[in-house]
Amino acid sequence: MATTEPKKLPTLPVIENPTRRAAVKGGFATLGAAAFVAAVSPLRQAAKTATAAEFMQKHYAELTPEQKADVIARLEAEAAEKYGAEVTIADDRPIPGTKFVYAINLSVCNGNGKCVEACHKENNHDRATNQSYIRVLEMPKGTMDMEQGSTTYTGTVPKDDKFYLPVQCQQCDEPPCVDVCPVKATWKEDDGIVVVDYNWCIGCRYCEAACPYHARRFNWKAPEVPAEEINPDQSYLSNRVRPVGVVEKCTYCLHRTRRGKLPACLEACPTGARVFGNILDPESSIRWILENKRVYILKEELGTKPAFFYFFD
Amino acid sequence: MSSASATESHITSYPKFVGRSLWLATEGSLGFYAWMTMLTAVFLVGANAWANQVAGGMIGTNMTDQVSWGLYIANFTFMVGLAAGGVMMVIPAYLYHDRKMHDVVIIGELLAIAAIVMCLMFVVADLGRPDRFWHMMPFIGKFNFPISMLTWDVIVLNGYLLLNLHICGYLLYMRFLGLKPNPVWYVPFVMLSIVWAISIHTVTAFLYCGLGGRPFWNTALLAPRFLASAFVSGPAFIIVAMVLIKRLTGVVGLDDPIATLTRIIRVTILVNLLMVASELFTEFYTGGAHASAAKYLFFGLHGKTALVPWTWTAIGLNMTAALLFLWPGLLSLRWRPLLVAACAMAFVGAWIEKGMGLIIPGFVPSTLHEIVEYVPSQLEWKVTVGIWAFGLMVFTIAIKTALPTLKQPAEH
Repeated sequence: MATTEPKKLPTLPVIENPTRRAAVKGGFATLGAAAFVAAVSPLRQAAKTATAAEFMQKHYAELTPEQKADVIARLEAEAAEKYGAEVTIADDRPIPGTKFVYAINLSVCNGNGKCVEACHKENNHDRATNQSYIRVLEMPKGTMDMEQGSTTYTGTVPKDDKFYLPVQCQQCDEPPCVDVCPVKATWKEDDGIVVVDYNWCIGCRYCEAACPYHARRFNWKAPEVPAEEINPDQSYLSNRVRPVGVVEKCTYCLHRTRRGKLPACLEACPTGARVFGNILDPESSIRWILENKRVYILKEELGTKPAFFYFFD
Repeated sequence: MSSASATESHITSYPKFVGRSLWLATEGSLGFYAWMTMLTAVFLVGANAWANQVAGGMIGTNMTDQVSWGLYIANFTFMVGLAAGGVMMVIPAYLYHDRKMHDVVIIGELLAIAAIVMCLMFVVADLGRPDRFWHMMPFIGKFNFPISMLTWDVIVLNGYLLLNLHICGYLLYMRFLGLKPNPVWYVPFVMLSIVWAISIHTVTAFLYCGLGGRPFWNTALLAPRFLASAFVSGPAFIIVAMVLIKRLTGVVGLDDPIATLTRIIRVTILVNLLMVASELFTEFYTGGAHASAAKYLFFGLHGKTALVPWTWTAIGLNMTAALLFLWPGLLSLRWRPLLVAACAMAFVGAWIEKGMGLIIPGFVPSTLHEIVEYVPSQLEWKVTVGIWAFGLMVFTIAIKTALPTLKQPAEH
């Protein structure tokens, strides 16, 4: 076929001359580039809300104390500007000799959902989506198969033939979410709490796919919280209002628990089903429960080694 | 066609080569300009949709905390396969010394380049914070290597892109200089690219199958299945591309490579179906909670059936394509349209199987066994089609650049 007379290809008549042709090509390239700039112009809107300081900010572990102070001052100013709320953001660090664990008495939990609500308020979750780190499953008695449970139950609780299984971050000792993060934006702290640097997360949501307990949440949009409802007691790694496009999770309310208080979900629980404490303290009630009750963990076969226990009376 | 002397320094001749390539790539018929204008327009729609997604947050997608990966990651997974599938031209050419394939193997390598570019774009489109992409760069950011499989994927995908850019760039540049390519500078890289092609799809499968909390993905067969379907979709795309190249340009000698690839698909499509069948057997014969995602995919679960039409379409397409490929007459020139149709069916079948049929059921039911369904939003479709248009642009330009080489098969 190559030896036959080459077929005359149709050409654009205006561009027969090579230099003219180059000019026309250049013209179209410019037009294309301009169209591209116009197409991506919404990015300018996004760029307005992001500062250079935020873009350049280093990973939490690499911040010097001065840099940390600067970052926190910036975040506090942002909260005032965006949300109209005066907040204080602390950098609560783990207390040496502390390993926090949680336990829930399933004989007592009646599925009233006060924990879910308290978590929502305490952690400054988006109001519209009614987000919370806790999900309560209503389960038929006689099974541990979550397949048979419901997270969207209604009606008066407790129902006679049901029991209730609250699930939140299990603060695993072998957390799959930490392993999969490509940028080390999430890690396990010395007191057992798995945290996220919301200013380092790239939003790939691999951790969300890896978590077997549906414990992670993504900020599909910027959270909206009315100024008067914002909880002003915040911590950098915990309940400060999260930026859009990053993953967040339960931190056992580290902004409370590292200051000697109890998690918000526990305080809100009207039945006393929730027990929280330092497992390294031999005098703690949590230690007594783990030693004396019939305790089990969720999805043990996955080898995640939760620091979150369930027990029956 | 050499327009630079061989004695000239690379410093001056290489820019000439690039300039010449760009000039060639923007030369063509009215049909070519119409094609490129159409792709540009579609790409711009996608770029605009993506910009809106970045500005407004990913709430514009239909993804949720339950189904946290959707159309983007589905397409990403498929494109990795397309990139890996190009190796099915390299293996006959370089391992089995298929002379006819040797002359046109660059088509597969150029496809790999376009496909990897698309992969990277799909990943970026899926990021909640694309402005923080630099956190993922080794040394500058914090690279969680070797623990996170995603970092492995970053390495193998970019490595594969560089390998293919080098091989194609070197061969075309030598052709431009009118020199015979020195095998030392490309054969070792070609051999490496064979292993590397397998690695990109294996690592991508490991992204999913390493997650214990997702029973649907947590199967050792996932990587081999990925490869089998890649070795269907890649060659299928290349066959169609070659049929078009033959018709639209003066390139000769494409019929034998088309026949070789057809014979390859004949085997790989059956291997792929066999693996799908083995997976379904273990799922459905065993039953239990582990089978619920497969049940949802094939028959629906608790009245939720969003994926059922997808998966049965894929099965229908794959089965029909497999039967067509088994028919010896498909190799005859007379039945070219049927071959193209069979390739299209196999391609779309693999796209569904690796996308909506694999990524989404991994999330349904969720880890707490909630059934939250997912149907891609209009914004997601726009971004996806835009990236496809860009990939086709890259591929068209790459093929255009290589046309002089393809038209005069080199003596090796």
